[in-house]
Amino acid sequence: MQQVENRSPFEAIWAFFSSVRLTVAILLILAATSIIGTVIPQNENPTDYFNTFGPFLYNLFNVLDIFDMYHSWWFRFLLLSLMLNIVVCSINRISTTWKVVFNENPTFHISRFRSIPEKEEFIDSRRPEELKEEFSSLIRRRFSYTRAETTENGFCIYAEKGRWTRLGVYTVHLSVITLLVGALIGSIFGFEGFVNIPEGETANSIRLRKTNALYPLEFEIRCDDFNVSFYESGSPKEYRSSLTILEGGKPLLQKNIIVNDPLRYKGINFFQSSYGTLPPNEIALKLVGKDTKIEYDQKAVMNKEIDLPEGEGKFVYTDYRNSFPFRGHNLGETAIGILTPKNGNRVDVILPIKFPSFDGMRQGGLIISAAELHHRYYTGLQVTRDPGVWVVYTGFVIMILGCYITFFMSHKRICVEVAKTGKKSKVMVAGTANKNKLGMHAIVRKMAKNLGITNENRL
Amino acid sequence: MNSSQLLSIITFFYGIAASLYIAAWIFKKEILGKSASWVVLLGAAGNTAGIIVRWVESYQLGIGHAPLSNMYESLIFFSWTLMIIYLVIERTYQNRIIGAFATPIAFLAMAYASLSPNINDRIQPLVPALKSNWLIAHVITCFLGYAAFAIGFGISLMYLLKQGDKNAKNRMLVHFPAIDVLDELNYQMVMFGFLFLSIGIITGSVWANSAWGNYWSWDPKETWSLITWFVYATLLHARLMRGWHGKRLAFISIVGFLAVLFTYFGVNLLPGLHSYAK
Ligand code: HEM
Repeated sequence: MQQVENRSPFEAIWAFFSSVRLTVAILLILAATSIIGTVIPQNENPTDYFNTFGPFLYNLFNVLDIFDMYHSWWFRFLLLSLMLNIVVCSINRISTTWKVVFNENPTFHISRFRSIPEKEEFIDSRRPEELKEEFSSLIRRRFSYTRAETTENGFCIYAEKGRWTRLGVYTVHLSVITLLVGALIGSIFGFEGFVNIPEGETANSIRLRKTNALYPLEFEIRCDDFNVSFYESGSPKEYRSSLTILEGGKPLLQKNIIVNDPLRYKGINFFQSSYGTLPPNEIALKLVGKDTKIEYDQKAVMNKEIDLPEGEGKFVYTDYRNSFPFRGHNLGETAIGILTPKNGNRVDVILPIKFPSFDGMRQGGLIISAAELHHRYYTGLQVTRDPGVWVVYTGFVIMILGCYITFFMSHKRICVEVAKTGKKSKVMVAGTANKNKLGMHAIVRKMAKNLGITNENRL
Repeated sequence: MNSSQLLSIITFFYGIAASLYIAAWIFKKEILGKSASWVVLLGAAGNTAGIIVRWVESYQLGIGHAPLSNMYESLIFFSWTLMIIYLVIERTYQNRIIGAFATPIAFLAMAYASLSPNINDRIQPLVPALKSNWLIAHVITCFLGYAAFAIGFGISLMYLLKQGDKNAKNRMLVHFPAIDVLDELNYQMVMFGFLFLSIGIITGSVWANSAWGNYWSWDPKETWSLITWFVYATLLHARLMRGWHGKRLAFISIVGFLAVLFTYFGVNLLPGLHSYAK
């Protein structure tokens, strides 16, 4: 840090982004600022914000993008800095790690192992030459790399494994980059929208959430059927839509979707997200002549005028309500129409399903009633496209693997030294690891046991 | 006896175990500690049974699902994981004082689940969004992580107590594990917790993507789990900085656990979509 003046700006920036101190700072700032968006609800109606916060705070928050903070320039800037920080740090260190990891002939210093306090030592009654074969094969079974060397009065076997686990940290960091890149791809090339499709009808465009613009699809999607079922308690059990994809009028794909099981076609996903009921498009009318007592059955399609029997004029079905208040009572589901008599004024006709004789009150020539009818649902679909998802999922997998390697695996090195003492041998077993030292002690103890340590011969 | 009653009794067991561990620590009586271990062992066995019975009951009700679908069930599972991890640590490190800091957390969680009027202990059918195997993976991994963080929290408290006593004068602290063992244990717990919190967030995202077509939507629960993740990532890196050992790491570990608590309970006070909020 002394030669600040001699640095080019690039070097200065590089140095700035290569510090772990910066990582800690960015992570803490990210943690702290992320709280804001959980306390202030995001992406609400501007007038609500204005009423809640008043003009001053509203303007301030607006400038800082607080109402959509996770997509604001400053939050993105923090994520970008984190990314630069990781990249610079990794580049700085990877060459050193690489040399260590891919070293064909690792050096080792026997004195380092001799000075480890937690080593195991014992006496074997055989001479070193007699032990060499047996020990080598025992050690080779547990370590991927072994090497035997002769020493002044015997030999030593150096062995190691898990050298590659030193790359675990880079894997974790790579996964963070992968996630951020995947999220970026999604936000550039993806979209999110919705479409409501009544049963039996077909849609060929959807509405985007962000801009509320229509987005045309390259194909058509038809809702053949929608069903909702409930538990006895009244809470919903299943929402199910039968969907068909069509191109040029030809059905290509049929699937029933439920929540948690969407339909995917040409990179676009359709998720069950809501539903609603629509007024029945067609109702069955029952008409009874007031004087003739003759019954007639007729169909009425919404907004289509029909001729009534007995010269009673024309009728058009115009509206449908789930509830209809009448003199302080609720008549329940009700169809509404307009009757135009041959001569006379148009009148509203109220047709509550539950009260077939209600229309008698009108004192007309026909008593009209609407028979029970089945509901028409529309299904509400969330529609998304996100080509970055697979990148993000790859990042997920890499992150889990990387964390596991980094936290629970280590580069373990062991050294077994056998030295001649009289006609016997003195055996030393010592080991080191770059992580989880306690676990390494256990491995050393176990290896000593395999090589023949007992309570009697231990030194 | 149904599972809720059985689990209420287990709450009582954990309460006794916590008192015994604390008494063993204060009065330094081996017998108290030994009985505490037995009570915890019995409690954990009963806790296991309670979870299994509840699972069976849900099938008998015809709405069979893993008992991991609401606040009550998640608290029960949390206590269970916490006690299992604790028992492993007790065996490995042969030290029961950690029990005085870990068992009370499990006891409080169970007591809250059983007694709070806001928490419904009835087995409820799954609403459509919760019908997913990702949900099971999500809950299990999150709570494994939370349990490890809870123990890390207890150990960090012990660390702060112990290191405040430089000359080893305080008789209450002599049987604490050595200060570097506490530091190492805290780190182990954080690594374990971090791995599982990461998997928890990941499985949650995959679930959200299969249910709503969005792997991340910044709802407050998601965001708070990410905040927790940032805090523990800070801890992992702070260790690499000179002068950031021990005390400061213990402090971050405590802050991290507070973030866990907020993710778990506090978020319900905020606006959001997560179904556990209701
Ligand atoms: C959210 C982002 C990040 C995550 C999740 C993350 C995760 C991790 C993890 C799990 C470790 C292993 C810690 C251990 O060994 O116990 C680690 C180590 C490390 N991280 Fe990060 N990291 C992140 C960002 C960064 C950044 C931005 C830098 C840039 C300086 C960085 C630099 C390092 C270094 C130098 C190490 C130590 C490597 C070693 O042990 O040789 N990390 N990180």
